[in-house]
Amino acid sequence: MDTPAVTASADVDANVDVDVGQVWAWLAEVADPEIPVISIVDLGIVRAVDIDAGAVCVVTITPTYSGCPAMDVIAADIEQALRARGVGQVRIATRLTPAWSTDWMSAVGRVALTRYGIAPPVQQVIDISGLRHGVKRHAIQAPDVACPHCGSHHTRLTSQFGSTPCKALYQCLDCREPFDYFKCH
Amino acid sequence: MDAKVDYLLRQGDNALILSQQLSQLCGKGPALEEDMALTNVALDLLGQTRLWLTYAGEREGQGRDEDRLAFLRDTREFRNVLLVEQPNGDYAQTLTRQFLFDSWHYVLLRGLLQSTDARIAEIAEKSLKEVTYHLRRSGDLVVRLGDGTDVSHRKMQAALDELWTYAGEMFIYDDVDLAMVEQGVAPAAEPLRAAFLEHVAEVLAEATLTMPAPGAYMQRGGKQGRHGERHGFILAEMQFLQRAYPDAQW
Repeated sequence: MDTPAVTASADVDANVDVDVGQVWAWLAEVADPEIPVISIVDLGIVRAVDIDAGAVCVVTITPTYSGCPAMDVIAADIEQALRARGVGQVRIATRLTPAWSTDWMSAVGRVALTRYGIAPPVQQVIDISGLRHGVKRHAIQAPDVACPHCGSHHTRLTSQFGSTPCKALYQCLDCREPFDYFKCH
Repeated sequence: MDAKVDYLLRQGDNALILSQQLSQLCGKGPALEEDMALTNVALDLLGQTRLWLTYAGEREGQGRDEDRLAFLRDTREFRNVLLVEQPNGDYAQTLTRQFLFDSWHYVLLRGLLQSTDARIAEIAEKSLKEVTYHLRRSGDLVVRLGDGTDVSHRKMQAALDELWTYAGEMFIYDDVDLAMVEQGVAPAAEPLRAAFLEHVAEVLAEATLTMPAPGAYMQRGGKQGRHGERHGFILAEMQFLQRAYPDAQW
């Protein structure tokens, strides 16, 4: 088509030149609504970016927690960010598997969290292999969490759940400050 | 009704009713940390509810989405086990109900990871990570309060004795459950029950609590829609808005 209709196809054409790498870079500027110092890419929420046959930019995201109230906001933020940069057609897809893991959090994200006063996750994936209690249970429960304020490892768990489901409450036993710990998941 | 729809409703309704009950404690927890934990668990369960009920509605194919299923069904159509509709009571009861539920929920979800239904396996994988934290928390608190003061020990033992009769329904399989086992969708009852009892016995021993007899008479009927009278009151509060203002949206 040499002379596309002026109104409708302007958006469609805008998509043709969209580069997947560029979209990733744009998404890396979209902040998590709950923890604004970390982007949704650094948090590992964005799983894929594709341009489908119809030239629609499809962004696949995965929820951190199934009840995460921020997912709708995140989807809206992505759409807004891409549209603002001229991506005409955007679709948000949700994927549950593999389930989101804190292992997907980037090194940049971990540093940003610490500076923000939230201790980043320290274990690898949580152990869901067995139900055995005793020594193992207690060992799992005591990850070596460093205080984001003074760096001390002399800390203790106050509560398994903090201000959001993804965080636990800790207290530093040296500087005495309470802090959030981003749980391993 | 299609057995799988029924099975999905059971999962969704368990999470929904327990979530609703825990939400009633928002702002009333015995300590700030517990208040937050209760509501976080409620939120996790609500998220899981959405996944289950959405799938149930799609599978049913009658145009009912998660909201219609949650807000426009009456008591007899709910498929939750009796355990989750037991009153919040005192904190020992809230906690014991949670511990018994978490212990079963965990072993069930672990079994569902192997489901031949890929979507069920996905939901189980997502939920299991969350439920692992629920289980750790409730198990810890059972130990702390059971092996605590004389008063806390007595209250925990009383709650356990009171609620134990509701800790068996999940392992009494009916035609729906058996059809799911046959299709490879759900795990068989016996291994689940064994894992559940093993875990519960271990935690209760550490908590210095006496475990009631596993062979005791167990209440049943919730999975088939026969609920206690409290169930209607739970729904009355949960469904009020949609009943009074049909199709109201946020």
